[in-house]
Amino acid sequence: MTTTEHKPHTSPEIGGLGHSRRRVEDARFIEGRGNYVDDITLPGMLHMAIHRSPLAHARIISIDTSAAEAVDGVVAVVTGELLAGYNLAWMPTLSGDTQAVLATDKVRFQGQEIAAVIATDRYVAQDAARLVEVEYEDLEPIVNPQRALEEDAVLIRDDKEDQTSNLCFEWESGDKTATDEAFAKADKIVSLETHYPRSHPAPLETCGIVADVDSATGQATLYMTSQAPHAHRTVFALVAGLAEQNIRIVSPDLGGGFGNKVPVYPGYVVATAASLVIGQPVKWVETRTENLISTGFARDYYMKGELAVTNDGKILGLKVDMLADEGAFYADAQPSKFRAGLFHIVTGSYDYPAAYVTTRGAYTNKAPGGVAYRCSFRVTEASYLIERLVQNAAYELGLDPAEFRSSNFIQADQFPYHSPTGFVYDSGDYETAMRKAMDMVGYADIQAEKEQARKEGRLVGIGMASFTEVVGAGHGEDYDIIGLKMFDSAELRVHPTGKAILKLGVKSQGQGHETTFAQIVAEELGIPAGDVKVVEGDTDNTPYGLGTYASRSTPVAGAATAVISRKLREKAKKIAAHLLEASEEDLEWETGKFFVAGDPESSVSIQDIAFAAYTNPPPDLEAGLEGVHYYDPPNMTYPFGTYIVVVDVDPESGQWKVRRMIAVDDCGVKINPMIVEGQIQGGLTEGFAMSSMQHITFDETGNCLGSNFMDYLVPTAWETPRFELGETVTPSPHHPIGAKGVGESATVGSPAAYVNAVVDALQHMGVTNIEMPMSADRVWHAMQENSGG
Amino acid sequence: MNITVTVNGTAHTADVEPRLLLVDFIRTNLGLTGTHIGCDTTSCGVCTVLIDGTPVKTCTMFAVQANGRSVTTVEGLKQNGELSAIQQAFREHHGLQCGFCTPAMMLVGTALIEENPDPTEDDIRWAISGNLCRCTGYMNIVKSIEAAAETTREGASS
Ligand code: FES
Ligand code: FES
Repeated sequence: MTTTEHKPHTSPEIGGLGHSRRRVEDARFIEGRGNYVDDITLPGMLHMAIHRSPLAHARIISIDTSAAEAVDGVVAVVTGELLAGYNLAWMPTLSGDTQAVLATDKVRFQGQEIAAVIATDRYVAQDAARLVEVEYEDLEPIVNPQRALEEDAVLIRDDKEDQTSNLCFEWESGDKTATDEAFAKADKIVSLETHYPRSHPAPLETCGIVADVDSATGQATLYMTSQAPHAHRTVFALVAGLAEQNIRIVSPDLGGGFGNKVPVYPGYVVATAASLVIGQPVKWVETRTENLISTGFARDYYMKGELAVTNDGKILGLKVDMLADEGAFYADAQPSKFRAGLFHIVTGSYDYPAAYVTTRGAYTNKAPGGVAYRCSFRVTEASYLIERLVQNAAYELGLDPAEFRSSNFIQADQFPYHSPTGFVYDSGDYETAMRKAMDMVGYADIQAEKEQARKEGRLVGIGMASFTEVVGAGHGEDYDIIGLKMFDSAELRVHPTGKAILKLGVKSQGQGHETTFAQIVAEELGIPAGDVKVVEGDTDNTPYGLGTYASRSTPVAGAATAVISRKLREKAKKIAAHLLEASEEDLEWETGKFFVAGDPESSVSIQDIAFAAYTNPPPDLEAGLEGVHYYDPPNMTYPFGTYIVVVDVDPESGQWKVRRMIAVDDCGVKINPMIVEGQIQGGLTEGFAMSSMQHITFDETGNCLGSNFMDYLVPTAWETPRFELGETVTPSPHHPIGAKGVGESATVGSPAAYVNAVVDALQHMGVTNIEMPMSADRVWHAMQENSGG
Repeated sequence: MNITVTVNGTAHTADVEPRLLLVDFIRTNLGLTGTHIGCDTTSCGVCTVLIDGTPVKTCTMFAVQANGRSVTTVEGLKQNGELSAIQQAFREHHGLQCGFCTPAMMLVGTALIEENPDPTEDDIRWAISGNLCRCTGYMNIVKSIEAAAETTREGASS
């Protein structure tokens, strides 16, 4: 598959693929009329606040709620014991583990939910939550996975019958024998031990719910911050024993998600139970501290990678061994058969025969989560490791990192490419993307400047990452979440006046689905995008789907949209034949109309066809122009690109500044280039954030040290670099419109580029690694330790 | 305590608890939910409104402190049924994604342009540095504010 120019086929009025159509959803947001969960107020609504554990690991001796209950305005105080009466004290996680809803036996992380106060007012609920008194017996807090797996470490999950250690899972991928053989043939083994630090997606809107359960009818309407409303409905049906048809989840506007809003959190369950018992709506919205200490952490992988290479610069094989810090409950959101997510994309953009990956996960006294933070299930960690290793290997061989990459790239004619860990890469042209990025940055000049700068005592570094991502899971046979196959769906109805409604099983959190998915319909049916309304997030009103995360909306729901549009076009053809009194075989399609071949005057527009579908359908055809399609992707898609970062490092302080950041992305065919660029710019910022500042740490007693935005630093406009974007377009051969998905490429690919750049600036001193986040302090120490000083 | 606060040109009188935060007064008492809450430490800026023309984070101010003051929220940006220059610019330049930071960003941009009709990129980045955005990477927010400044200047000179 070669790189192609992609020009729109449709006019701007139709607004199909390739048009930078302005966003539909903005109309409400710019007037302050978005509708986020916390904006919802229902008659008689009560407020909930949660009492959380101050300790990381302790046995609960007693819980006294009397003082809280005595506060004026408090309606109820819910404890785990109370929930146990409804069999709700524990709930399943998305990884098939169990998680305490409200702690009954022990607390296992700081911030764990112990009791919930329901009151008439949010302030009162918070006052009273503070008055819940818990007596504890201290236990050893286990704050790192290495300690967790030592023989004498106290057992964290003593609630699980078969659990005898803190080992959470073990997983391997690839071929050990073949890899050992490759390593035996190597001239050099290049190794890197590094930690991908614990991070948090921290969307600006925290998580929350307004639970409205009608105790008379059993109808539960749950307005919640959900990236996966249908899957959540099923989980609720399983957890709470509510009949699934009586559960309606509405995920309204979401103020960002990035993986944080994929899991089901205890607060959702407690608020729902409280509403059921009390018979009034209950609202719970997290504070930022609650969000950071108790929900959806990401990453936290200790990784050791080894690359077997020859002296002439060929990679022969890769070995990786990892230890994951999973927190107290194994709640990774990922396909159930893949304990380390899709980490085995770790072989990267390079062609070599053998790889072997082993992973262990350990329980620790930290919050559960393991969410794919703007990432397709551990792909970020994988991409980071291989791109760091490749640079170090080039240094060790005395080669230019770009040339080393080039001589190991999977070639454009090798696709579909079978990776040694079992993936089938759909399409790519890595060399072209890399050369484009090198041209944009002026690679030779900047390398020369680097040498010159060193002579003058300045430090300039150039870092590159030529990443390959894997997104858009399924195929359903291999990929499922708690047994639900990872398909997604689209339902399309064209009304008599030619206007359409498209309903989706996915859910935007800012990606602009209302705009882009209408463009797919416009492309396929020629109905102007402005005439297509996109509906999502309401489980009563949309077809079943697995939701939006892991960049799967475009690859899966986008494909479903294209396919259902094409099915309706087939039906439209039958109606057109009837209207034109022609035979179907003689009809040809041109955007928005069918015409008789050789007689373009004899044509009928899609709007006229739609009208006829309801007023004058052919006698042998059912009326209407409507359908639903569940799309099971035959394979995942493999977006790729090359990022190049140029940094200046201050030799005195270790401070570093991004001088240039070039990003060449290839996400296949673009639906809306403006939105694609926005996604990339946002992702590059999050990559910068992880490499420079974002980090959730704990002290030795398990206190979370990143519990607010003063300690957990996220970049502002001031320090965020200016990005320069470029593109190549290599369509996905198996996707109906050739799109690959783009929401996460930049977060996945860019951290290695930033780190490679800073390491490169210091490389002549013998520096081979700096851990993320690269604080000035860490960079300074790296210089001191390696400069012989 | 009894207070009177003018919000988007309308005076509102209410009896409020002294500890009520201004952001809750705006969101809950007045039902103006375009002003958001994103943190507990005055860090994120999504609660920003203009008080007598100056951006203020309303999660760090009591409602009673706004007594007698004039507040502009995002709902007050549209004038006579027309979107303001900054609203139009955010839409035109893709200055928003999830929209959660957007009302505050537009208000800060409005105040900046009022004070400095021809801001440089650094002026803009500095002005919005108290407002976080997790979606956009800020480039298009900067572009939107630049464009709004330009339209405002053109409007003033014509
Ligand atoms: S809510 Fe974050 S600064 Fe006010
Ligand atoms: S647009 Fe989502 S936080 Fe700024």
